[in-house]
Amino acid sequence: MFRFIVRRLLQLIPTLFGLSLLLFIWVRRLPGGPEDAILGERGTPEMRAAIRRSMGLDEPILVQYGRFVQRLLRLDLGTSSSTKRPVVEEFLERFPGTVELTITALVIAIGIGIPLGYLAARRRGRLLDHLSVGGSLVGICVPIFFLAYVLKAIFSENLGWFPSSGRQDPTIDATRITNFFVLDGLMTREWDAVADALWHLVLPGIALASIPLAIIVRITRASVLEVLNEDFVRTAEAKGLTERTVRGRHVLRNSLLPVVTSIGLLTGGLLSGAVLTETVFAFTGIGAFIYEAIGQRDYPVLLGFIMIISVVYVLVNLLVDLSYSLIDPRVRVR
Amino acid sequence: MRASRPKAAVAAVAVAALAVAGCAESDREDSGGSNNDTLVFGVASDPKVLDPSFASDGESLRVARQVFETLVRPEEGGTKVSPGLAESWTPDEAGTTWTFKLRSGVKFHDGTDFNAEAVCVNFNRWYNATGLMQSPDVTAYWQDVMGGFAQNEDEGLSESLFKSCSAKDATTVDLTFTRVSSKVPAALMLPSFSIHSPTALEQYDASNVGGTATDVQYPEYATAHPTGTGPFKFKSWDIANKSLTIERNDDYWGEKAKLKTLIFKTISDENARKQALSSGDVDGYDLVGPADVEPLKSEGFNVLTRPAFNILYLGMNQQGNPKLADIKVRQAIAHAINRQALVDSKLPPGAKVATNFFPDTVEGWNGDVTTYDYDVDKAKQLLAEAGAADLKLRFHYPTEVTRPYMPNPKDLFELVSADLQAAGITVEPIPLKWSPDYLNATTSGSEHDLHFLGWTGDYGDAYNFIGTFFDRQKDEWGFDNPALFKQFQDADSTADMAERVEKYKGLNKTIMDFLPGVPISHSPPAIVFGKDVTGIKASPLTDERFSNAEFKS
Repeated sequence: MFRFIVRRLLQLIPTLFGLSLLLFIWVRRLPGGPEDAILGERGTPEMRAAIRRSMGLDEPILVQYGRFVQRLLRLDLGTSSSTKRPVVEEFLERFPGTVELTITALVIAIGIGIPLGYLAARRRGRLLDHLSVGGSLVGICVPIFFLAYVLKAIFSENLGWFPSSGRQDPTIDATRITNFFVLDGLMTREWDAVADALWHLVLPGIALASIPLAIIVRITRASVLEVLNEDFVRTAEAKGLTERTVRGRHVLRNSLLPVVTSIGLLTGGLLSGAVLTETVFAFTGIGAFIYEAIGQRDYPVLLGFIMIISVVYVLVNLLVDLSYSLIDPRVRVR
Repeated sequence: MRASRPKAAVAAVAVAALAVAGCAESDREDSGGSNNDTLVFGVASDPKVLDPSFASDGESLRVARQVFETLVRPEEGGTKVSPGLAESWTPDEAGTTWTFKLRSGVKFHDGTDFNAEAVCVNFNRWYNATGLMQSPDVTAYWQDVMGGFAQNEDEGLSESLFKSCSAKDATTVDLTFTRVSSKVPAALMLPSFSIHSPTALEQYDASNVGGTATDVQYPEYATAHPTGTGPFKFKSWDIANKSLTIERNDDYWGEKAKLKTLIFKTISDENARKQALSSGDVDGYDLVGPADVEPLKSEGFNVLTRPAFNILYLGMNQQGNPKLADIKVRQAIAHAINRQALVDSKLPPGAKVATNFFPDTVEGWNGDVTTYDYDVDKAKQLLAEAGAADLKLRFHYPTEVTRPYMPNPKDLFELVSADLQAAGITVEPIPLKWSPDYLNATTSGSEHDLHFLGWTGDYGDAYNFIGTFFDRQKDEWGFDNPALFKQFQDADSTADMAERVEKYKGLNKTIMDFLPGVPISHSPPAIVFGKDVTGIKASPLTDERFSNAEFKS
């Protein structure tokens, strides 16, 4: 297992180099540059040229790439061209929001999706089955921003139950330590801050969970249906095991492998930032920031954030691979 | 055993939660404030930097306007130069040395005294900038207004307009300039010329813009310790929660702020800002969508309309299509466009058709210029006379953008393009993404014929509008008109304000006869506050004074 982890981490190195080159070429091929975003209507050709010169963008692209790699080796991702703050600092301020939102969405999606998918399979062809299959189709089809606006219109504008924007009420004046607001609140025993942060997670969490929830329901349902027809289930039932044991130990456990694989992929996707959800809920995360960085042609932020996200993606999938052996003892990672 | 795994997981989470609980200190102060003295204001983007010397984005400047003060400032709700930290100012005979009489008894937020010495420290700091502080994206406004530094490090920089500062006594300061310029004193209203505490500047190494050319990094002062004399003091900037908090300065020299706390909260999506106001997350917001103005009013919100301080124009490039170099063709285009219909149907309430390239709120506006009324027949006739009956023009317009002067470029394009076609001009539409593609395509090179662009003024001087557009050869327009450029130089170097205003009027006449482009409209942007917020006066320069805001009890 240890060798497996080391090997996977070593594989990361060539992957990242290939990725950095592709990314570098891609961002530099975007038309225009940071100078246009910075100057707007004010720009004269001379001012534009001066900014390009001052940022070293007038040098040959290979020289620029060389400098980027050189810094990368020192784990230095540079500074944002629009905010002039270190890219790592920008990331550490925004990533916790994305993680909290991802966890919320996953808790909702898994907590509802697996039981619902399982029940739908058990009651195949009955009303609950039709409802969950139909509902999941809607969940996949409804655009997130639409769902988000509707949720806000009902639950915050009309009913006033939930806040419509942000990660925490700024008037609460909470202490920041890790930028994981829930964790910070627990650490400092600022219970109102914990409650308020959780409260702010509900609506964006639901909006973001809609697609993963639908996917999990469908995969769980299909997988349970398949396992129910397996010989070992019939054997277990014939052996006289209680229904509870058959379901819990044999059916559910064996159905979960494909579900876990899909959760792994979904998590990777969610962690790379939910641009729409973050934008509509004014939620500080990396997705909305990357989107802004594209508009600003903020090359260091684009390169740095995507590189870090790639590492996170690989790590999450590594964890998923490791979790297989926990669920299914027959699987041994090598 | 196995069935208990979920329970074990729950227990593990609970233990972890207990373990972290209380492991760190809360740095909360007991604020003791009530919701009635805290105003949360929704803005469209995070400020970029807290030292306005380095800022050119609207949100950084908005914060700076509450925390800092300038020698002169615009009158509340207007553009006229009025007293700020200076009570009065007079130029000498030559018009190059200006004497400012300063207010006495003013203190910076760190408790140190504001005086003539402090003013000179600030001007010398900007003027003597070296290294990365001369980078055009760091000191954009200084370079825009003053042109250069004591020692220019880039050959592209021009000679500095600012020459020296001398403190004659504690409340008298002389600013000397290298030549007479229309920018003095109006440009000194810009927040970029805010006066900082010399002690704080030194303590937090404010001029140490570090890093390398490709990796400029602001000093600590610019991200965490802005220290001015304004009615609010900086408290905290919570980037992870997109909010910036400032607090009342209880030692302010003038009328003290009514709010105890003012929080700027970033909500980039326009609809989300509106929902945040309806749901009570914020007490007001800026950059109100023109379509939202009426609905918000009918719901009872306080929608304030700013006097228009912008211009939308149709640019014509005489290099793009040589036929545009013919004045008759340009006149034909102006006559072909039904600007009144455009203003009535596509722009927010209060918008006006433009006859000059700046609004009548700025001195020098001329009501007696050549105007080009909507007249399709005349347009056709002019085109025929110019031998351009088969005129075909590329028409650039931006997508995915809302500018204060141009809420819906595509709608505007459709109207204008239909008007041009009615006059027999063939239009080739070229939609481009605003930044950077569109700006790049329309202001450089010569591959463009017609385009929309506009401007929101920085300060109340006509030169800031027409000088920016027409005082030299530019790729945007593609013409060379030495007589016009000379006329601009002459106006810019006239020290006497009344005399200069007359010259601006003359310039407007020349411009509207030459017709390099068609001025279309001036649109008043709106800002909105909650039903119970009063005291704020809308400013054409977006210089709203939050210190006057209060909640109706």
